[in-house]
This record gives sequence, C-alpha cells and structure tokens, in this order.
Amino acid sequence: MIAIIDYGMGNLRSVQKAFEKVGADARIVTGPEMIAAADKVVLPGVGAFRDAIEHLRRQGFVEPIGEAIAAGKPFLGICLGLQLLFDVSYEDGEYRGLGVIPGEVVRFDFRQIPAAQGFKIPHMGWNAVEWDRPCPLMRGLDSGEYFYFVHSYYVVPRDPAASFGLCDYGVRFTAMAWRDNLYATQFHPEKSQRAGLTILQNFTEL
Amino acid sequence: MLAKRIIPCLDVDKGRVVKGVKFFQHRDAGDVGECARRYEQQGADELVFYDITASHEGRDLLIDVLRDAAENVFMPLTVGGGVRTLDDIRAMLNAGADKVSVNTAAVKDRNLIREAALRFGSQCIVLAIDANRVQKDGGEFWEVTINGGRTPTGIEVLGWAEQGARDGAGEIVLNVMNADGTREGFDIEMTRAVSEAVGIPVVASGGAGCPEHMAEVVLEGKADAALAASIFHFGTYTIQETKQLMADRGIPVRQ
Repeated sequence: MIAIIDYGMGNLRSVQKAFEKVGADARIVTGPEMIAAADKVVLPGVGAFRDAIEHLRRQGFVEPIGEAIAAGKPFLGICLGLQLLFDVSYEDGEYRGLGVIPGEVVRFDFRQIPAAQGFKIPHMGWNAVEWDRPCPLMRGLDSGEYFYFVHSYYVVPRDPAASFGLCDYGVRFTAMAWRDNLYATQFHPEKSQRAGLTILQNFTEL
Repeated sequence: MLAKRIIPCLDVDKGRVVKGVKFFQHRDAGDVGECARRYEQQGADELVFYDITASHEGRDLLIDVLRDAAENVFMPLTVGGGVRTLDDIRAMLNAGADKVSVNTAAVKDRNLIREAALRFGSQCIVLAIDANRVQKDGGEFWEVTINGGRTPTGIEVLGWAEQGARDGAGEIVLNVMNADGTREGFDIEMTRAVSEAVGIPVVASGGAGCPEHMAEVVLEGKADAALAASIFHFGTYTIQETKQLMADRGIPVRQ
C-alpha cells in the first residue's frame, strides 16, 4: 500500500487517482500511525512552506517520515513535498524544514540575470528535465522529457550529487532529487500526462 | 526551456460544450468528457472549463463535469464562470480543479483575489479579464467588463491586471471581447501591454482562427500561453498541427 500523506495542504485526490490509473493501491492517510503500515510513502502538497511544515509537525508526521526514509521505504516528495525535505526555506521569512536533504529553498530572482529578463514568476507550465544517469523512477523515459511545473521557489542541495534531474528557467535548478530510496520532484507527475504516469508506475513497481 | 502552452477552452452550458461568437450566440460542440479526453490525446497542455450558465444548477453540473474529467485526464485543469466566494473556489478545488479563475466577483469584491491567494495559494488563483476597446472622451479606452461582457465597469485594463498581480493572482487570462469568437486573430497590442505590465504569466484569449494566430500572439503579443475554443472543437485544427507550426516559427512547445 502506498500512503499519500494528507496534512491539510491542498486536494490530494489528483495524486491518488493518478496512482489508481497505473493500478496502484494508494490511500490518503491522515494519521502518522498509518505511515508505518505502508510499503511506500508519498508527500505531496501545494501552498505555503510555513503552513505546511507547521501542519506536518502538529499532526505528528515529522518522525514517521524520517523513520520511513531511514527504513528504506520508497519515498516520493512532490512539489512542496520536495521542498519540505530540505533544511531551510526562505519563503516569506525563514523556516526550518525536515532536514532530510541538506540545502535550502530559495525564490527565483532574475534581477541579475540579463538572459532571464521578462521571465515570469511563478514558473508555470511544461519544461524539459535532463538527467545523465539511469534511475529506476525514469525507466521508459528519456532525458529531455517535459513535465508540468508550478512554483516560485526551488531547492538548492548542498551536495550536488543529491540533484538528479535539472531544468532551465533563468537558472539551472534541481527539478528532481534522488538519494537511494528517496525521490522528490519539483514538477507534478500527476499532472504530466503520460510521462508523469510513467514515473508513478515506476514508483509503484519499486 | 519553458514551453509556451496551448490551452483548449471548453465553454460549458448545462454539462455540454458550446461555443459562441462574441459571447452571445452559442452552438453545441459536444460532450465535455469526450472533448477532454480528445484534447489529452492530442497533447493539450492544460484545459479550461468555463461555465457560461453560472446558475446554481449550472454550477452543480459543472462540478460533476469537472469531477468526471479529473478522473480521466492528467493535466492541469482550470475552471471559471460564476465563481463568487471563497467557498465556491474551495468547491472547485475539491472537485479536482488545479486553478480557479475569477472575473466578475473580483470586480465586485476587491478583497477576493487577495483572500483567495492567501487561503489557497497564488498558484491556483487566476484573474480573468474580459477586456473591451471602447471610445471614451474622444480617445480609445481599454475597459474591463463583467457579467460575460454585458456590463462595462469603467476600470482600465492595465491597472486592473497590475492590481491583480499585486493581490496575489498567479496568472492572468486576458480575453479581448472585440476579438472573441471572430477567428480574426488575437489582440496583439493589448496582450503585449498586459504581459509586459505584470510579472506573472499571461494567457491570451479571444480571436484564434488558425495556428498562425497562436504563434503571433506568443511571438509578438508576448503571451505565455494561448487559449482557443472553436478552432479545436470543430476539428478545424488539431493541437499537434498548431504546435508544429509554432515549433517551425522557433517557439518552444511540448510535442
């Protein structure tokens, strides 16, 4: 069973139905005790970082998430679920994250980048993601595949090896992080049509 | 490179897709679910559902339609038409919308965009502007209209777009009434002015008659996305051929 963590940040039905489409048994879970019972864990989320981390703490999800990752369970963070894994976010202040991946979350800032003048924020739409080594989550896909993004902040891992997929939007930023059983995407696989469903299917089959 | 988006718009009336000319005369263009699936197969980048009835029954039907579409298509869905309150927005998001567009209600309640962006996040709040070129005091005036284009507001388009962006809208859909349904091309000048005035993405709407128009509004109108209804619904052009033409013009598109 795949547990989709519901911590009050947005409608998770779209993530669940995308997993159902690829034949997975994915359940939306609202209690931390249900993480231990799951084979795999998904941390989705849209909205503000501050509210999200507060909800995760208040609902007691922080430790179970750490335990699931440490236990080697396949873990997938999506969008805000990627950003929450980092040490710190500078979204409207400075907020401590889960600290699973060393690094920070910063806002797109094109003021000093002549080639990015007129670039809009949020980065919204389909953009190409590139990678340079095989990854179980990307089986059946080629580097350069397009995925759907909507975000104004992006992650900067301290260790470049934590970056797997890269995307260009004024800067070359981490569109996907990968370390052992831990996968996290800035883009939305559940909104990325065939390419996104392929990722969710690959995750289901891990 | 971020791809420019091609977005089919499904005007929905009592659960059916319809398409009008200059907002008022509508003809039936098919079943919503079928249209949504066809566009997904063709590689549409997003879908917009626009409820033109905006009555209470219409809204309930729209939510059913949206819920059904959200079960079957896996791309961003925007819904608009008759959205008045934060509760309306929440109902649409819960039914599977990724973004909700607000038009008349944003004019009537000047706090709505700000409150909605704070509550649900900027990424899901779209300010839709129905704009009209009118003559005023001997000059031309770009005026915001509401109630499906029936009511002038006296509000100027560029200032309204800037205010929406400041209040936290994540995107603007600019629909120019004078061009809507004519198939004679987008209003390039106004689209470009709005796109250059705001730091958020701008979706051009109204007037698409052929793929060339879509390319033009991206290249010259600086639009981040182009929305069209009739040229796709009636099978005049497919999404693929539209994107092919845009790619031939050097525009980044997802193919």
